[in-house]
Amino acid sequence: MPIWIFREYDRCSGCRYCEVACSLKHEGIIWPEASRIRVFEYVPGITIPVLCSQCTDYPCVQACPTKALYVDESTGAVRVDEGKCIKCGKCVEACPGRIPRILPQKDSVIICDLCGGDPECAKVCRALGFNALVVVDKWPGTHYKLYARDAEKITRDYIKKLYKVDPEEVM
Amino acid sequence: MPYGFTGKFVEVDLSSSKVRVVDVRRDLYRKFLGGRGLGSWILWERLGEVWEGLDPYSPDNLLIVLTGPLTGYIAGVRLAITGKSPQSGGTVGSTIASEVGLELKCSGYDGLIVSGKAKDPVYIFIHDDKVEVRDASKVWGKGIRETHKLLLRDVLPELRKTPRFGEPKEPAMIYIGPAGENLCRFAAIEGKYAHAAAYGSYGSVMGSKNLKAIVVKGTGPLPPVYDVVKLKELIYKAIELVPKKAPRLRIWGTGQGPWRYGRDLSSIPVRNWQEEYWVEKSYSQYDLEVYDWVKRYWADYGCPLCCMKVTVLHRNGETVITDAPDYELLAYEGSNLDVWDVRDIAYLIWCGEELGFDMINAGNVLGFVAELFERGILTKDDLGFEVKWGDVKAFERLLKMIANKEGIGKVLAEGTYRAALKISEMKGLKPEEVLKYAVQAKGIGIGAHGIRSGLDYPPISYVTSVQGGDHQSVAMLPLDAPPIVNEVWASLADSAVICQFNMLGGLDLVFDALRAVTGWNISKEEWVNEDAKRILTLQRVLLLLGGPDVYWDPRVHDDNPPRFYEPLPSGPKKGQAPTKQDIEKLKKDYYKALGWDELGIPTEDTIKQLGLTGLEKALVRIRKRLGI
Repeated sequence: MPIWIFREYDRCSGCRYCEVACSLKHEGIIWPEASRIRVFEYVPGITIPVLCSQCTDYPCVQACPTKALYVDESTGAVRVDEGKCIKCGKCVEACPGRIPRILPQKDSVIICDLCGGDPECAKVCRALGFNALVVVDKWPGTHYKLYARDAEKITRDYIKKLYKVDPEEVM
Repeated sequence: MPYGFTGKFVEVDLSSSKVRVVDVRRDLYRKFLGGRGLGSWILWERLGEVWEGLDPYSPDNLLIVLTGPLTGYIAGVRLAITGKSPQSGGTVGSTIASEVGLELKCSGYDGLIVSGKAKDPVYIFIHDDKVEVRDASKVWGKGIRETHKLLLRDVLPELRKTPRFGEPKEPAMIYIGPAGENLCRFAAIEGKYAHAAAYGSYGSVMGSKNLKAIVVKGTGPLPPVYDVVKLKELIYKAIELVPKKAPRLRIWGTGQGPWRYGRDLSSIPVRNWQEEYWVEKSYSQYDLEVYDWVKRYWADYGCPLCCMKVTVLHRNGETVITDAPDYELLAYEGSNLDVWDVRDIAYLIWCGEELGFDMINAGNVLGFVAELFERGILTKDDLGFEVKWGDVKAFERLLKMIANKEGIGKVLAEGTYRAALKISEMKGLKPEEVLKYAVQAKGIGIGAHGIRSGLDYPPISYVTSVQGGDHQSVAMLPLDAPPIVNEVWASLADSAVICQFNMLGGLDLVFDALRAVTGWNISKEEWVNEDAKRILTLQRVLLLLGGPDVYWDPRVHDDNPPRFYEPLPSGPKKGQAPTKQDIEKLKKDYYKALGWDELGIPTEDTIKQLGLTGLEKALVRIRKRLGI
């Protein structure tokens, strides 16, 4: 059944073990920038985990000119056929939050694959006792695009909520 | 290249804006690991010949920013900063929780060496292999929060210059405030809003180089490790063990400290250490729970513990955003100044950190001033206003005067030790008449852990420490005494460059991780008997070389401040204090354990055994200066 990683910003400490766990699993080494989940801290104290939100209309998959991206039916994750990806960046441009990442050191685009249904990031977050990332069932009524916004927009909203100042004062 | 290292340092000469990448000799990594150890050796190699005459504020001093073999791999990212210290004249491995350590390694460098002095204010921007010296005139003079904002705005467009590649994560930064720019001898290097590399005053060294900030973004992976399977296992072990060994730190941070050190252990500074005990006005862990202004967890990369919390206070029309006060600052801006409302303390801490102060040493200076005022040595005429115990407004005003070096601020900016000497001169008093209120060791204000009760830190903690008053690296006997603040273990944390609190998961975990990352089989015994001794002996020699404005004579300055010989006036250990004879004996034992002679000067044999070839030359100079 498709799953989704719920992210609770209030509980995120910014320890970034999700990035460690993700890159160890996918890259075999610690590589924060190549992690499929990344915790942004544009403003000190405002830590925002950002990863693919599996929008129900999958704009990234639709935008891919080489059909390198496809939806994994069992988990709902976006998968990358690495041989087909030409790093054109169309998927990034189509994503509401520009979440997929293209790195010069990598041959294809990086997108969360939900670890086949048992995501490492959520496991490590639970082991740490923060539970900022929790695996839930994907429910058709949820507005997943709310979580697909870019880190800067989420940060600005969160500044208003937590610091109660105009985001321009700190960002 | 040894596993876990990039093998390269980037060097920036600010006088010429020239950048070069240098290889580091492999044997140095094994001998000194990184951080504090390697930094001290680089300083000796490059500046050893001229050490005593070298003004820490001259362009010839180096500012060295280092990672270590464990940085980024396990438990709590950290960054070590060193150079010739304007406080001690030696070296301090000053560390800060900062992702700059991670980003440097991901950029392909184990460290950064800054030399020279820029003509105008600049900052250094490192983005993978691109290293630039950039104009900082827009941020010069600005406080910490504004500096962070403006620097981010300055570099983000560049990091985002290819939007179709996705959003790059923010860079990591360290910077100084006005206190560093104006060369206050207790200016810190700050990170985020409330992190600081404080002891050693490298903030003022940055200021002397016209260097406002260092901004780093690396997009590569961490260097390959010897055994990644084992490392992964240890990472998860640390996640499980560390928070469980210290659950109180996750819940309250070190803000739990005032009760523990004030009530139970009687080692908290109260009114410039006139007392070390109090109960009735106590606030501590349970109080912090009900403060709705403590908002949220706040860890840095790789920290399973999370002792920090985000604090937001709306006060006097300003929004204070800082760390929920930790023990050291609760003590130094609280009980030490007779300030007892925890919101006042948080506010005062925030004011000082915005200005870029080391708030332990700032609290030490403010307490010293308040006592001199109480005793009539400093008057309203000297200060411009009254500085009474508990007067938050007066302390805030004083901090601003010090940061800008206005009026008496110019004298106080020199730190407790040097200010005491200047004030005695100003007032026509003998130095000891003012020094008796200065609670410092080797020019560095002592951290908020007293030694008199005998319940907390041991009596020679600060007497023979190579980092003076640094409460996180103190002398202990036996050499392998377990507390993590023992300088034998502190030198491990500061050289492998990880967070000391994360050593609470057990030292075995640290040595296992060191093995998994580097492949070197370093045992605990080997560390105590060789590696730690090597680093401490090197630091000791540089400390004894000292200069150029103050020099240390072990016969005089390897000692506690006079206040620590005054019997405790209150608390469970009322009347207690160490005697000079106790200290003399412990000193000698400590020197002997480290292979130093009866005056605490390392012997030629020790130097040879530890492989510190070349350092013998310095011994001759030290003996000559001391006339022995």
